[in-house]
Amino acid sequence: MLTLDRATYDAIVAHAKRDHPDEACGIVAGPEGSDRAERLVEMVNAAGSPTFYEFDSTDLLRLYREMDARDEEPVVIYHSHTATEAYPSRTDIGLAMEPRAHYVLVSTRDCFDADGGNNDGPVEFRSYRIIDDEVTEEEVSVVPSLPARSTT
Amino acid sequence: MAIEVRIPTILRNYTSDQKSVTAEGANLAALIDDLEANHAGLKDRLLENGDLRRFVNVYINDEDVRFLGGLEAPLNDGDQVVVLPAVAGG
Repeated sequence: MLTLDRATYDAIVAHAKRDHPDEACGIVAGPEGSDRAERLVEMVNAAGSPTFYEFDSTDLLRLYREMDARDEEPVVIYHSHTATEAYPSRTDIGLAMEPRAHYVLVSTRDCFDADGGNNDGPVEFRSYRIIDDEVTEEEVSVVPSLPARSTT
Repeated sequence: MAIEVRIPTILRNYTSDQKSVTAEGANLAALIDDLEANHAGLKDRLLENGDLRRFVNVYINDEDVRFLGGLEAPLNDGDQVVVLPAVAGG
């Protein structure tokens, strides 16, 4: 199960809507091994495409160096689909390289009409584990705020 | 000649879970051959048809090797190499 606080969930949805019709992407970092999605980092989709996303290679290095320095890892890796359902594409599965991450897929296909006008439709928000090309969907639990961090 | 190579999580099964290993080589191609000699299987995860895989990023001293000559990129004692799989999808 993926647990997200309401503010992070809303921010991911807002990012996906803002970048529509291009795919939006980013991560939520958290302390290594904690499985706590604490720190949202919106990334630029260097591909700038409605059908593909890729972190810019310089941004990627900076991000991993920053996480390294803070003893963090990517707890969530998210991106949006803008014309299809929130399910990992074959490309998503083939390129999933973080076996410990929750892969969040957001679909904005029902949020906009064909002219890009706002439709007020729901955003589909789903989460998966992708390990060795195998996709397992998991429940997403949205809480007002994450439980206090264990001090032990 | 010692070059530190940072290994991403997904490839640490080739390095006994070490986050970084030491290798040598006058350029990136030679370094990868040296890595392979000590961590068999790693080369195939970095190269495809003799070139760097499209969705694997390699940096020398924080510079993407694609701008440094790719596999021909020269290396010097004390350089740091970072390997990071692309975060990408469709």
